[in-house]
Amino acid sequence: MSVRFGGIQALSEAGLTVRRGEIVSVIGPNGAGKTTLLGVVSGAVRAMGGTVFVDGRDLTGRPVHERAVAGVLRTFQNLEIFSNMTVLENVLTGAHLTAGYSLLDSLLRTRRFRREERRLRGACLAHLDFIGLADRAGDMASELPYGEQRLLELARALAAAPRLLLLDEPAAGMNNAETSGLGSIIRRVRDELDVSVVLVEHDMDLVMEVSDRVTVLNFGHVLAEGSPSAIQENPEVVAAYLGED
Amino acid sequence: MAATPRHAGLLALGVLAALLGLAPLALPNDYYLNVLILCCLNALAVMGLNLLMGYAGQVSLGHAAFFGLGAYVTAVVTATFGLPVAVGILAGVSASALVAWFLAQPTLKLRGHYLAMATLGFGIIVSIVFNEAVGITGGPSGFVGIPRLSLPGCAPTSDRSFYFLAAGVLWLGALMAGLIMDSRTGRALRAIHASEHAAQAMGIDIARHKRFVFVLSAVYAGLAGTLYAHHLTFVAPSSFGFNFSVQLLTMVVLGGMASTWGALAGAFFLTSLPEFLRVFEEMDILIYGGLLVMCMMFMPGGLAGLARKLACGLLGARRV
Amino acid sequence: MLSSAPQYLVSGLTVGATYGLTALGFTMIFNTTGIINFAQGEFVMLGGMLSVAFLKAHAPLPLAVLLAVSVAALAGCLMERLVIRPVGRAPAVNLVIITIGVSILMRGAVMLAWGKDTFSLPAFTSAKPLAVLGAVVRPQSLWVLSITLLILAGLKLFFSRSIHGKAMLACSCEPKAAALVGISVDRMAMLSFGLSGFLGAVGGAILAPITLTSYDVGVMLGLKGFAACILGGLGNPFGAAAGGLILGVLESFGASVASGYQDAFAFVMLLALLFLKPTGLFGAPGSDRV
Repeated sequence: MSVRFGGIQALSEAGLTVRRGEIVSVIGPNGAGKTTLLGVVSGAVRAMGGTVFVDGRDLTGRPVHERAVAGVLRTFQNLEIFSNMTVLENVLTGAHLTAGYSLLDSLLRTRRFRREERRLRGACLAHLDFIGLADRAGDMASELPYGEQRLLELARALAAAPRLLLLDEPAAGMNNAETSGLGSIIRRVRDELDVSVVLVEHDMDLVMEVSDRVTVLNFGHVLAEGSPSAIQENPEVVAAYLGED
Repeated sequence: MAATPRHAGLLALGVLAALLGLAPLALPNDYYLNVLILCCLNALAVMGLNLLMGYAGQVSLGHAAFFGLGAYVTAVVTATFGLPVAVGILAGVSASALVAWFLAQPTLKLRGHYLAMATLGFGIIVSIVFNEAVGITGGPSGFVGIPRLSLPGCAPTSDRSFYFLAAGVLWLGALMAGLIMDSRTGRALRAIHASEHAAQAMGIDIARHKRFVFVLSAVYAGLAGTLYAHHLTFVAPSSFGFNFSVQLLTMVVLGGMASTWGALAGAFFLTSLPEFLRVFEEMDILIYGGLLVMCMMFMPGGLAGLARKLACGLLGARRV
Repeated sequence: MLSSAPQYLVSGLTVGATYGLTALGFTMIFNTTGIINFAQGEFVMLGGMLSVAFLKAHAPLPLAVLLAVSVAALAGCLMERLVIRPVGRAPAVNLVIITIGVSILMRGAVMLAWGKDTFSLPAFTSAKPLAVLGAVVRPQSLWVLSITLLILAGLKLFFSRSIHGKAMLACSCEPKAAALVGISVDRMAMLSFGLSGFLGAVGGAILAPITLTSYDVGVMLGLKGFAACILGGLGNPFGAAAGGLILGVLESFGASVASGYQDAFAFVMLLALLFLKPTGLFGAPGSDRV
């Protein structure tokens, strides 16, 4: 699978390639264009040039909801859980696309409806179990502490059977324990679910721990790309973060 | 709104059926059957509006137009063209649905104030047309001579039998609303209300869902309108203007804007209120305004929210 | 029709001036608080009805009008203080509903006090019409237009010269920054509501001698004022005034073609604008504060 694009005001000539089963982190100083990059892939932002390919499918210019159909799911920098629903309902909504019944089935409560709803509930509880929130399934999503709400967003995205998961600063506001928990979940997503991940993060420990490759953005350009250790030792990257002396 | 476990929803439907069935027994005389019928018809329209406003988070300040469309279309089809009532009702509901379908596309892209104003403007345009198209609608003096309701196998001859028909339709409407909301469509609508960005990102086609619920709410209102026309056998444009839209809105708001049951309660309460406040005949306009303001300021959860707080207090449990 | 074009123009501008003042009221509140005040039309109604009431109480006409607009301005301040401020940051839907509720209350109160009749206000000066360029112009129309121009000039001065005016502008651009430099955003909000009440009431009082007034004229006038506001670009005071005049003239010519439907005209235009060009004629793109 590859994702390629470029040419946008906040980004210029920025490209990103993610291979199957890879975790790629995108880092860079504030304003470097990281969230914009995610936005272009998820469809929230229109690129002025360039293309987005996922699994050989051209997604350039497609509306946001079609990206999910193609398997591109995301979480949000500013938490966007559905606060008017329970935890389980949030995840069930994430699984919207995978529910195999029509409106007519709902109205007539056909066997297909009941079967699918049962299957969905089971699958979504499993997703909650995967991230460790299964015991909170019946609580209102708004009642969860902040860190768990972030995990809920992740579970919701997983419920949509993604091929490519875009995580926008998932560790923001988390403490160390929560962050390392998040890190192991992300690795399990790659290993057990065979999902590719693009991770935009500021938390360097998390980035270094989970990433297969790291891309560094600065002022909308790709500054460097490579393995986590290579990036750490790259003098240009250090300069970009710390500023010129 | 918290999810209603399926068995609780079924229980509520059962209670509703019982209440509706027993209501006539509580009336001192048959005059009030008329009020009950109007309660049911308003509640039907309000149920649809509540789906739009409470669940999907949109707003419509012109919903009386769909009610009126249903009424006038069936009037014209049955009285002017002499077709059977069943055809008239079908035509009335379809007309509302069709207009809503066309209106949805440009209107639902709007948000907040703009959406409110657009629906308001639409409602007023329709009510002006009702007034001015004298050849078709009979103009301000109204449309007389609408045939009574007579469907194959069902021809209510008294207020009492019409009431049971209206109550039955209302109950079916509640059932359908419940079935829809407790499915992935319902979850999608609530998601759109909570966060359109996230809903989209999960693959939910926002435009299509908004259009769906808008048309559905128009169907509810249109159906109520057709029944209204065949009950009164007379309709006038003044019944379907801005004032009625505001009344419907007040019922939804009073009900709590998220709960079908709240909407029903709001509709029944406000439709019957003038009967209790006969003394304050002239003041009912003031009371509507006061209710709207008070409710929004002090009780945004409406009757449903109040009931929920009471239930929590009584049961001492967190709501499920 | 062409021969009576000047006539339609004059009557259109006259009504349009009131639409413009109403639209200015919307703009004022929107610019300072971001709220669309559905009760704006009722301020217009109050201008006319209260003038009639004070006149009946034996006040001389100028005093009656002055008192009427002052009471309306006060009503605006009270509305903000008692109803809007306690609600704070509420979703747009709630605010819409609240202002609708207040408008109903105002309408109901007036109806209870003075009934459902229509009333007329005497013209400000003697009722002998003039002939100007092929149109018959009533002196009242001249009053309407000149008072409106005066008010527009006054507003311009207010916003560019006075400290309160500049403070209001600051609130509309950047409320947090305004608060930081010591401007009381709450007080500015109240002032904007009061000013809107004043503007609406003036519009109602000057028009009442021509179009009569009653307890329910507010609904249509308010909505048409809003349509004018959108036409001129929401948030743009000049646009609001211009939008009002344009709408009045268009409506006047429209009535000559399809009378009875002329009221619908404003709303068709409103819908068309909202669907196609919500920023109106003079609004900046993206001036959407919703």
